[in-house]
Amino acid sequence: MITIPYLTALTTYFSYGLLFAFGQLRDFFRKFIDWWKASNLQGYAPICLGLEDFYIRRLYLRIQDCFGRPISSPPDAWFDVVERVSNDNNKTLKRTTKVSRCLNLGSYNYLGFAAADEYCTPRVTETLQRYSASTCSTRVEGGSTALHVELEQVVADFVGKPAAMVTGMGYVTNSAILPVLVRHGGLIISDSLNHNSIVNGARGSGATIRVFQHNTPSHLERVLREQIAEGQPRTHRPWKKIIVVVEGIYSMEGELCKLPEIVSICKKYKAYVYLDEAHSIGAVGKTGRGVCELLGVDTADVDIMMGTFTKSFGSCGGYIAGSKELIQYLKYTCPAHLYATSISPPAAQQIISAIKVILGEDGSSRGAQKLAQIRENSNYFRSELQKMGFEVLGDNDSPVMPIMLYNPAKIPAFSRECLKQNVAVVTVAFPATPLLLARARICISAAHSREDMVKALEVISRVGDMVGIKYFPAEPKKPELEEGRKKSE
Amino acid sequence: MDLANYVPSAFTSLLKNATELITFAYDVPFARAVVFGVHIGGHLFVEGLLLVVIIFLLSQKSYKPPKRPLTKKEIDELCDEWVPESLIPPVTEEMKREVPVLLSAAGPHTIINGKKVVNFASANYLGLMGHEKLLQLHNLLPLSFHVDVHLDCETRIAEFLGTPDSILYSYGLSTMFSAIPAFCKKGDIIVVDEGVHWGIQNGLYLSRSTIVYFKHNDMQSLRSTLEKVTQDNKRAKKLRRYIVVEAVYQNSGQIAPLDEIIQLKEKYKFRVLLDESNSFGVLGKSGRGLTEHFHVPVDKIDIITASMGHALASEGGFCTGSHRVVDHQRLSSSGYVFSASLPPYLASAAIAAIDVIEENPQLITMLRDNSKILSTGLLGIQGLELASDIMSPLVFLRLKKSTGSLKSDLQLLEDLADRGKCQTFDLKVLPAVCIVGLYGTTHKRFLKMMQLQVLKEHSVFVTTSKRSIVDKCNLPVGIRIYVSAAHTESDLQKACESLKTVAASLFTD
Repeated sequence: MITIPYLTALTTYFSYGLLFAFGQLRDFFRKFIDWWKASNLQGYAPICLGLEDFYIRRLYLRIQDCFGRPISSPPDAWFDVVERVSNDNNKTLKRTTKVSRCLNLGSYNYLGFAAADEYCTPRVTETLQRYSASTCSTRVEGGSTALHVELEQVVADFVGKPAAMVTGMGYVTNSAILPVLVRHGGLIISDSLNHNSIVNGARGSGATIRVFQHNTPSHLERVLREQIAEGQPRTHRPWKKIIVVVEGIYSMEGELCKLPEIVSICKKYKAYVYLDEAHSIGAVGKTGRGVCELLGVDTADVDIMMGTFTKSFGSCGGYIAGSKELIQYLKYTCPAHLYATSISPPAAQQIISAIKVILGEDGSSRGAQKLAQIRENSNYFRSELQKMGFEVLGDNDSPVMPIMLYNPAKIPAFSRECLKQNVAVVTVAFPATPLLLARARICISAAHSREDMVKALEVISRVGDMVGIKYFPAEPKKPELEEGRKKSE
Repeated sequence: MDLANYVPSAFTSLLKNATELITFAYDVPFARAVVFGVHIGGHLFVEGLLLVVIIFLLSQKSYKPPKRPLTKKEIDELCDEWVPESLIPPVTEEMKREVPVLLSAAGPHTIINGKKVVNFASANYLGLMGHEKLLQLHNLLPLSFHVDVHLDCETRIAEFLGTPDSILYSYGLSTMFSAIPAFCKKGDIIVVDEGVHWGIQNGLYLSRSTIVYFKHNDMQSLRSTLEKVTQDNKRAKKLRRYIVVEAVYQNSGQIAPLDEIIQLKEKYKFRVLLDESNSFGVLGKSGRGLTEHFHVPVDKIDIITASMGHALASEGGFCTGSHRVVDHQRLSSSGYVFSASLPPYLASAAIAAIDVIEENPQLITMLRDNSKILSTGLLGIQGLELASDIMSPLVFLRLKKSTGSLKSDLQLLEDLADRGKCQTFDLKVLPAVCIVGLYGTTHKRFLKMMQLQVLKEHSVFVTTSKRSIVDKCNLPVGIRIYVSAAHTESDLQKACESLKTVAASLFTD
């Protein structure tokens, strides 16, 4: 749980208040200036009303250079960040031709497949020549190639379910599957910090949505009991079905979900479990099979498993795995399967090759090495950061590490200072996180070596001191031992 | 001592004062008045008391039965009794059918089950799939972030169309259903054609605005709807109003008359949102889409979206418009903010495709001629009629009338099933016929069997494109044929002939 110190909370509120006041003042003057200049859209209501884009115009644009930095090389452990200049105080940014080589702490490249890989890349090139870049049609029309069929089989075996269905984008998978599974008259209970795609899918389905406290199985049980006892709102009819949606690793907190308790509660109350493993598939677990393997949950207990290939496999797309009947039904009704272009063949080949490497089927032990490396890396990095006194969220074994910043001024300070020292970090603020809880999110990859991490820790510690985000006392180094050594020598 | 005497004497004096006061009130002159010949005595006091009692009773709350929340035991019982529906309805035979699997690229000719066939099922309008320029891609790496290739692609598209700026999405379907909720909120009014595809419908539903449908591609209906909507909402100045149309409808192949829509839009002050998935790179002299086709300046349309999985032989989608429109989406469009970006090689493929289109405008004329040939060739077909425009690259044939009773459908099914076990031929034309099933499962089954029979007897590759259960579109079923500039005239002739023979044999039974 994040406990924000009182003084920090006060100063953060004050900062935002000041920014808001200034923004309003500038808007006021802007209204006058616009009144003089007539625009050709008289009679139309403005396309963005009043306060809707206030945040963008007055707060986000000031620190726009910290977000959306373009890169010109594959996002490996080290990459090239394109420098941008602005002539009008950050309102517009122009790319220059200069690039700087930076350490990459922001890409979801958990197993290092983002760069050219000796096994995957030749196969992908060959697939591109054979099947071309796109199939130009949906899966049910002319878009199912032999590659797609093989991909679905490989994914199903990897995840541990009888069958799987693959779509071209992870976001659309959630948004298009939930409306098909639950309609009006059903109930969706989702974790309070679930991803936007799940929220959108749940809203688009027409079912009633209830939220339970983040990662608290006791609250989930209470909500389930209440809801089953009460029934549908107003009519009190019994619910048609209840689906509980949780994620494997929460991307903004780095926490693992308490899956065994949640699964046992859902079994007891006959609710269906929907697990979104976007960040955890391929990155945790002894053989990379995700959160079920790590926490010892049988995959047959989880009804619907969903995941994406963007993070650990270096590709794009999403999948749904479940029983054979479920997949047949989804292939018959899901809009993502019926109306959307099928996944690009080279991307499909990349996933197949990546899974083969992870399982060791390519004849080498690189897969096992990568998995061990990422676990070691994440645990080392997290413990070092905590020793230095930063407030780091997340559980052990999870490769996502958010460092709390809180204050809106510290966001650009941290980001720009780190970039000056050639370390690229990703900072996250509103609306992806709550207003007060801005953070810098670090994603460790198997491609980071020990020297890279030591350098990163040095830079972050220096910048942390400069910016003032070491909210916890640092662990003191052990001077007596050194003195003892000196005396003996 | 004095205190002990003082207290009782104070008490007695207080009591004396009180009694004096009461007797005074009692003996007050009007207490002895005579009203209407009736003596009013001390009963004023009693009446006063009665009034107090009445007021007291009235101020009491009315009786409510006490609230008894459910006990733990009762909740346990309810939870034990509750039986949920199964996660999915029982799987029918139809759902178990497999789709035909391609063994090579989905170009104009492809291989299915070891047979070489001509492919009419891919929306590869300009034949750019398999083009060498698109295959020589430098950045082959699938994983991506905000790579500069994306920015180049966005600028290229904006340049090609003549708009200020554009934004790239990683999937065609998510473009529309992310762009609409970014601009339309609760309370806004959206007038939309009833034949739009699922992506737009989902976007409209997520935006929670008031949605009004008008008849498919009917300008009169649009005019009357706009009139009605303006009348009903005369006072609301801050309401945003939109018209959402597709350039070439995916569900019927008709082309929206943009010039009339622009006239109506300017008269009633609505903004226009146009989906150009099937017309980008196809309509207009140089492929710039519907605006060029109707000679309308492109800045009259507020928001244009398109999917790149059709003419550009790539994947993903884009949205163009003014700077304000595009910049707003960078932070408020959920499909852009909360998902990973397009693999760089697909963005490079799109840029290469646009270069090819600009250098070879004859591809567009070839495509137009091909679609004209196919449309005119299919005019006399039995049992089906042409529902799409002659200029559209998506030829749509719909059933002239439904086959009547359920029994005759079932009979047809059995006949077809028997005929389906026919020998196959080697190299035949396979117009990919996409049959859209609408009137319930028997029709769907009928069309599916027709597809299979046509596949087996004439080696016609037919694909049934189904309508999802969450799709609200009510347009009639039909056969979709995607024409490509890479098809030769002989391919098209064969397609017409095969379709005519198949339809003749089926509809005479």
